[in-house]
Amino acid sequence: MGRYILRRLAMAVPVLLGTTFIIYLAVYALPGDPIQALAGPGRVVSPSVAQVLRERHHLDDPLIVQYGFYLKGLLTGDMGVDFDGRPISEIVAAGWPVTFQLGVTAWLFEAVIGVLLGTLAGIRRGRAADLAVLGGTTLVMGVPFFVAAYVAQIVFGVNLGWLPASGTDAGWPLAYILPGLVLALYGLPQTARLTRTSVLENLHADHVDTAVAKGLPRRIVVARHIVRNSLIPVVSLLGVSLGYLLSGTVLIEGIFNLPGLGYQIFAAIPKHDGPVVVGIGSLLVLVFLLVNLIVDLLYGILDPRIRLR
Amino acid sequence: MLESLPGFDPAAPLLAVDDLHVEFGAARVVNGVGYAVEAGETLAILGESGSGKSVTARAIMGLVRPPRGRITAGAVRLRGVDLLRLPEESRRRLRATTVAMIFQDALSALNPVLPVGFQIAELFRVHRGLSRRQARARAVEVLDLVRIPAAAQRAGDYPHQFSGGMRQRVGIALAIALDPKVIIADEPTTALDVTVQAQIMRLLREIQREHGTALVLITHDMGVVADVADRVVVMYAGRVMEQAPAADVYARPAHPYTEALLGAIPRPHRRGRPLAVIPGAPPDPARPDPGCRFRQRCSYASEACEEAPEQVEIGPGRRTACHEWERVSGR
Repeated sequence: MGRYILRRLAMAVPVLLGTTFIIYLAVYALPGDPIQALAGPGRVVSPSVAQVLRERHHLDDPLIVQYGFYLKGLLTGDMGVDFDGRPISEIVAAGWPVTFQLGVTAWLFEAVIGVLLGTLAGIRRGRAADLAVLGGTTLVMGVPFFVAAYVAQIVFGVNLGWLPASGTDAGWPLAYILPGLVLALYGLPQTARLTRTSVLENLHADHVDTAVAKGLPRRIVVARHIVRNSLIPVVSLLGVSLGYLLSGTVLIEGIFNLPGLGYQIFAAIPKHDGPVVVGIGSLLVLVFLLVNLIVDLLYGILDPRIRLR
Repeated sequence: MLESLPGFDPAAPLLAVDDLHVEFGAARVVNGVGYAVEAGETLAILGESGSGKSVTARAIMGLVRPPRGRITAGAVRLRGVDLLRLPEESRRRLRATTVAMIFQDALSALNPVLPVGFQIAELFRVHRGLSRRQARARAVEVLDLVRIPAAAQRAGDYPHQFSGGMRQRVGIALAIALDPKVIIADEPTTALDVTVQAQIMRLLREIQREHGTALVLITHDMGVVADVADRVVVMYAGRVMEQAPAADVYARPAHPYTEALLGAIPRPHRRGRPLAVIPGAPPDPARPDPGCRFRQRCSYASEACEEAPEQVEIGPGRRTACHEWERVSGR
């Protein structure tokens, strides 16, 4: 077990190297001049200021040299500074709690609502509840993410005034319910549908007959002998869907004005602020890798047959 | 528990299935099956695959439910209480406490992701209201009773960590945990090798003797029947062909199908010759037929067989459903 964890952690190193490089490359390849973007459109930057900034951020060096400088800093614990001179580590420290709360809220929504809907649909296969879940998830999958975000803001935040439409002033959980729900829509349909399929597979398993023959009440048969067994594939889906969720925070924090990590990326991309995008982006990748490791360990608890290897 | 339910009659048979009909879609898989068993008695239900013997057992346990299957007529009575007319909650309370079942394949019948001790402990928690800890202790006792070595440790193991024979012991443990009055064993040894089969059958016999349990043993193994059964019900195509004390069935079958089954047992003096078979195949359960269901494969078939025979009593505890039973039994 310990060795397995070590191996998985070691595997994260090349993955992180690769992702930082790809993100770095993507920022580098953005069209436009970062210095000009920083100053704002139409403003003239004096050549001497531009020169100083260029040298400080190694903007005149080839890509691979720039990336080398960046990595060197990263290995010595220095994530670099953004174009305004703020250390990235400071930005991360400020934004992390917001993104963490948003991510956890959305993940919980996705897991709880998805599993409940999927179970309901599976157990009532072919009946109204099942059709509603199948139709509803198809609809959700068809709606672009940002449309759902703006509609939710206008309807629940502005027109009905039930929940804050933007900002984090209301704190957790109130400020995070609406963005969390919209973010959860990313993975909710897949979670619900996979749960449904998995429940259907388990519904007529022999061991469920045993559970019934044991005289267990229906709710225990369903919860302990059908749903628990059905969760095994769902858990690994939830791990993977965290990746989508984290990438979704960029847009959601932008739209809902939540000052988290995603918001920083949202603001940094138009400014060509490479260190911010790469630093935070890679951090999110690291979180994704760690959570998936935890999920895989959890998998062994859910399914003892694959544990002792 | 049973005493307070409607229809209870202490003089009625312990378990009596009466004129049971089960349909799966258009297929009529059980057509008027009836048998009864008393405390301490072993009743063997004999028949080939598809004869409806397992479906009857599942119907007794309440495992035949829409949309997959439907019980269209009949009664399943425990000391007079008709299970099919009980509310689900009362019926649930009788499962495992009064009637329990042992399934054919213990590997698939046990939940793969829960420790076996937990699966047994569930019974004590749900039916006896014991705490988690007490229930676990009782589960270990039961595992010990079915002679699983180092029961206390093994209680934490998962089904896949047991051998086939040990796993079926766990299956038996589940059935006997609450000391039910009737145990239905659905081919409990079919999935095991021969040496283990004998051990499991011995274990079942001992438990039955100690507790005075009625045992309904579903099997297609004539050897097992000869060893353990008090009485035999022979089923074919969803009907009871013959029922009789076990010794009578072997000594003098009163139904052509029973006779054919006995003739198909491989015997030493037939070594080197082809195995005996019953020619033909069982009828399609989806196609209704007013005649005897066995007549196409029967060497005694006559014109009378175009009409389905009623069961007739031909001796003490003996009944057969054959027009030609006198010719078969040579009387």
